[in-house]
Amino acid sequence: MTRYLTQRLIAFIPTLIGISILVFAAIRLIPGDQITAQLGTEAGMLSTEQRAALEAYYGLDQPPIQQYFVWLGDALQGNFGFSIRHGSAVLPLIMKHFPITLELAFMAIVIALSIGIPIGILSAIRHNSLIDLFGRMFSMLGLAVPNFLLGTLIIYVLSVYFGILPNSGNYTSFTEDPWLNIQQLIFPAITMGFSFSASVMRMTRSAMLEVMNEDYVRTARSKGLRERVVIRRHALRNALIPVVTLIGVEFGYLLGGAFITEQIFSLPGIGRLAVNAITQREYALVQGVTLFIAINFVIVNLAVDLIYAAIDPRISYASHE
Amino acid sequence: MSRSIRTGLFLLVMLGLLSVALPMSAQDNTLIMARAVDATGLDPHTQTAFVSLAALSMIYEPLVTTDNDLNLIPALATDWSFSEDGLKLTMNLRQGVTFHDGSDFTAEDVIASFTRLLNPDVASAAATNYASIESMDAPDDYTVIFNLTQPDVPLLAAMASTNAVILSSDVIAKEDPALVTIGTGPFKLAEWTPEEKMVLAANEAWWGDGPYVDGIEIRIIPDEASILAALRAGTIDFAYLNDPLVATLLIGDANVTLHRTPVLSYNVLQLRAAVEPLDKLEVRQAISCAINRQEIVDSAALGEGRVTGPLTMASFALPTDDLFCYQQDVARAQELMAAAGMEAGFTLPVIVANAEPPTASAIAQVIQAQLAAINIVVEIESLELNTYVDRWLAGDFSAAVALNGGRTDPYTMYARYWQYDARFQNVAGYIDDSLDSLMKQGQVETDPAARYEIFAQLQRELAEKAPWVWLYAPYTYTAHQSYVTGWEPTANDSLYFLYAAQINR
Repeated sequence: MTRYLTQRLIAFIPTLIGISILVFAAIRLIPGDQITAQLGTEAGMLSTEQRAALEAYYGLDQPPIQQYFVWLGDALQGNFGFSIRHGSAVLPLIMKHFPITLELAFMAIVIALSIGIPIGILSAIRHNSLIDLFGRMFSMLGLAVPNFLLGTLIIYVLSVYFGILPNSGNYTSFTEDPWLNIQQLIFPAITMGFSFSASVMRMTRSAMLEVMNEDYVRTARSKGLRERVVIRRHALRNALIPVVTLIGVEFGYLLGGAFITEQIFSLPGIGRLAVNAITQREYALVQGVTLFIAINFVIVNLAVDLIYAAIDPRISYASHE
Repeated sequence: MSRSIRTGLFLLVMLGLLSVALPMSAQDNTLIMARAVDATGLDPHTQTAFVSLAALSMIYEPLVTTDNDLNLIPALATDWSFSEDGLKLTMNLRQGVTFHDGSDFTAEDVIASFTRLLNPDVASAAATNYASIESMDAPDDYTVIFNLTQPDVPLLAAMASTNAVILSSDVIAKEDPALVTIGTGPFKLAEWTPEEKMVLAANEAWWGDGPYVDGIEIRIIPDEASILAALRAGTIDFAYLNDPLVATLLIGDANVTLHRTPVLSYNVLQLRAAVEPLDKLEVRQAISCAINRQEIVDSAALGEGRVTGPLTMASFALPTDDLFCYQQDVARAQELMAAAGMEAGFTLPVIVANAEPPTASAIAQVIQAQLAAINIVVEIESLELNTYVDRWLAGDFSAAVALNGGRTDPYTMYARYWQYDARFQNVAGYIDDSLDSLMKQGQVETDPAARYEIFAQLQRELAEKAPWVWLYAPYTYTAHQSYVTGWEPTANDSLYFLYAAQINR
């Protein structure tokens, strides 16, 4: 087990270095830099001398390869650079924005599961019934409607028909005011959870259909167990294993920040931090956030593999062969 | 199983209930303001973005400023005079002014600020506007004499810019003004979380009358439609809007007051006469004659804008009827194309910044339709803003739809384009002796009537030579709940006068 973990963790290192090189190059290859992002066309009013002074100020005066190794060296010591615009070091900045994304991801998953699993089960046990038909229509809708459309529609309906607007630029954290915080996050969470609930529903439904035809389910029925017990104890438990994988992948993805949803609902999470860092060409911040997202993704994936072993005894990472 | 359905239903009902409980509690005496774009930084000497300067205009003050009609009025200087030969500008400073950290404002701060502004290491893009300042003297704590290399009439107007505000000499000596924000203005910076909110507190020790609110909270809501929604929902008091398609939805709203302000910026079709066949005068004139400017305002901006010649400030702008081909004349445009031997037309690539301004693409499309009448095929190239800026600065385009900034003084506005040694000569794409000499005369002429005539001539020549086709000046919009009073918008996007705003719920 420990050996498996160590192996997996060591395998991450080349992945992370690859990501950091890719992001480092990509952000520098797109047109414009922090100077044009800050000054717009006025950047053209700078004399050569002024331009050189600014490049030195932003650390853009060294050759890119040298910039990368300076960055890498600092990063290994836990220093991911400084954002002049935010007046803060990159790492604390990420840590400040991350809880919002984490909470949002968690709420979105809870919403998706509480909608997706019941409908999936219903669809499966009433296979080809009217309920199944509606369930499948719902999942098609969920998969087809993009986040930006749903988010905009929610804002439109709330503001035009109810005269309310969740979080008009005034995000409140859970520790400050839990109730207000949930009010502000619930609609973005619905926006994000809706499409995921469709995937959950489809996965639950097909896994249930498969499991319901298994021998042990037939055995359970023939023992005279009530249908409710058969479904809950024998069918559902097995059908949920693939759903766990799905949740893991989705959670890792959501922790990368909901770039669009956070933007629409003006929530200061990781996604919005990244989008703004890119438009402002804040290189250090872009690199820091991307690396953070990558690490998250990798860790969540590992956690899913471990949970998998925990809920399915057939899978084991112990090196006893 | 049925329990999980019940749980699901329960959750759905809860969500429904939540939505009813949402309206936020009313704020006290703090003005809640929203805008779509946040400041890019806090150093007033180097910032160039309108939104940064608007925010900083509440925190820092220049020596002189402009009133709602763009006339110069005193700010940190109480009065000023040029010497007979125009080579010395003497300013008397306001006494009893303190910085937000409690230190006194004196001539030392003025000299330190202008020294910093002109220091190449600070890299202020605005420094060229103050280049005629050779040295400064302070005969006493409240007098500053600017010694100039040549008479510079536009200097005073340039000093009214937020780029020329006065910083504390202590901050300049010991801190980075990008990180430490201490001014003399009516509001102090309390907190800035970029892309989220900026919180300003009233400066109780401010020298003027006001402010009447306890503070201002500027929230960033990236989408203007959402700002509109927040305004209608009553969660914000004050909003700054750019998109006419959004702002006009507020017309006739009983609870919201909408201010439309014609601004000094102008939408323009920049042609580069350096590129064939735009090097032919007749071709450029034909484009100018074929374009119906009012139709562009009407279709691209719902009529929200004012057709303008090269100069947008009321004190210098000529009536557009005096300018070449300001009434669409397609027959004449066709004749001009024929005279240039181009009646078969050509393909004209036009670069446009994506959604910057919001009307940019619509303007390009109307131009595309109008120029089809003289067989010019407009190919619209829509670019991400940074890419657009790169191409624009490099002069890497044939034509561009642009929203260029205006200034209160015509010389400051065009010095960068229409002179031989201008920084943006390559972007402008056209220059001749006559334009160059008019600009040079305009900088040094001290007689207002003669100066007016110089710039009238410049406008007539620019319209007739058609290096660019000037289209219209847009509006910016400020909107507030009807219980907010005392706010008067200005044409230069400044928010300084928010010191007079009051909340009377």
